[in-house]
Amino acid sequence: MLSIKGLRKVYGDTVAVEDISFEVRTDEIVGLLGPNGAGKTTTLNMVLGVLEPDAGTIQIEGLDIAKSRSQAIARTNFAAAYTPLPGNLTVSENLRVFGLLYEVKNLSMRIDELLKQFDLEVFRNKKCGVLSSGEQTRVSLAKAMLNDPHLLLLDEPTASLDPAIAREIRTGIRQFAKKGTSGVLWTSHNMYEVEAICDRVLFLSHGKILLEGDPKRLPAEHGKKTLEELFIAVAREPLTLGMG
Amino acid sequence: MSFQRTFAIVLRQFYLIRGSLSRVFPIFAWIAVDMILWGFLTRYLNTIASPGFNFVPALLGAVLLWDFFIRIMQGITMAFLEDVWSRNFLNIFAAPLLLSEYVGGLILSSIATSLVGLGVMIVIATTCFKLSFFVYGLAVLPFLFVLFLFGIALGIFGSALVLRFGPASEWFIWPLPALISPFAGVLYPVSTLPHWMQFVSRFLPPSYVFEGLRAIVSGGTASGMGLAGGGCLAAGYILLAYVFFTKVYKNALRTGLIARYSAENLG
Repeated sequence: MLSIKGLRKVYGDTVAVEDISFEVRTDEIVGLLGPNGAGKTTTLNMVLGVLEPDAGTIQIEGLDIAKSRSQAIARTNFAAAYTPLPGNLTVSENLRVFGLLYEVKNLSMRIDELLKQFDLEVFRNKKCGVLSSGEQTRVSLAKAMLNDPHLLLLDEPTASLDPAIAREIRTGIRQFAKKGTSGVLWTSHNMYEVEAICDRVLFLSHGKILLEGDPKRLPAEHGKKTLEELFIAVAREPLTLGMG
Repeated sequence: MSFQRTFAIVLRQFYLIRGSLSRVFPIFAWIAVDMILWGFLTRYLNTIASPGFNFVPALLGAVLLWDFFIRIMQGITMAFLEDVWSRNFLNIFAAPLLLSEYVGGLILSSIATSLVGLGVMIVIATTCFKLSFFVYGLAVLPFLFVLFLFGIALGIFGSALVLRFGPASEWFIWPLPALISPFAGVLYPVSTLPHWMQFVSRFLPPSYVFEGLRAIVSGGTASGMGLAGGGCLAAGYILLAYVFFTKVYKNALRTGLIARYSAENLG
């Protein structure tokens, strides 16, 4: 689904991402974890084609994003907590505009389905700017599902949701991934959520992949009780975990 | 090229205009004021000038054409700035949209809003001040076409400047038509200008339009070669502006500016 090889990005003297390689397979939810500034969002931006890597290749379903960006991105979509849809359009207007951008077939029907799925019917004609942050996140998630993407990129998608809605969203995304046609790359700082939903996690620190594995087994393998403890160890003491 | 994706940009602009009086108003309000102001001025000039010369087609017609050019340019930059103001670059450019489709959408949006503005100007100028487009004959079509092309070129160039230098740099683009107007000879013959300004005006497509307009009003004919040259020049500027926009966009992809645009220019 997604294949990344030797990816590198440097801003001036700062190496944001250094020679990382990984894959996201169909049916799989992969968690991209790490402290702030570890390179998670930089990696997602490169996969989305809005940031050019200095080295390395990104392939989505075998399509090289450097050579066939539009075709590759047409099978992808994303939602990020920090990127709400334009607040000056209504929910249905935003979904229609982005549905056209992703060339979604039977768009009106698809919009109706998503409004129902994300419990947004009541907000259909409300401007996105007047919605609460949680409601805006649900609109972003609905937009991310418009084209039934084969690769879904989620950057802290549940950051502003209450626990009940967050659980519903997680369940929905879990079902989405298990349909058998899609893979999900997920970043989050909520380790309980990651443990519950991700099949595999990658720990990023200083732009490098430090650890990789099953989130349920990884803490014990590194002498920690929980994934959160492991996260803190990665953030504070990456060298003790084998980073060189 | 996908027409659907280009149409998405146009539809977005339509939704914004439809839902906001503050966006509808500028499409025709200021140019209507311009028509009324210059209409009365030309009417006054006709009463004090020597009989036989009609200022309406010379001045009011010129102002109408110039305002049309500005509307075209601002139609593009306004549609672009909507993405700047709503911090929408990441959403837009993370979609499968091609740059040519995006720019195409901006141009189509601008054509739609500018035609509304042109219609309002024509109604006011013809009904209130008796401006007759029959005076210009068929030459009015190349006049509009050359100004349309140059408006597109300047609109794309202005948008590229904002993309390059960050949201606050929108103030670079508003004065662009005013900077050009003294050289373009909108209200006076280019021969009135000092030599160095005349030299500059040769590279400005609108100068061929307004020279042609004055030639017709004076009883002569517009230079076909001049208008063709102005049209070619304007088409060349569109190409250059698009190359510039593409270069700025690619640089923004390298520096991360697209993903973090609201953080101002990152160099």
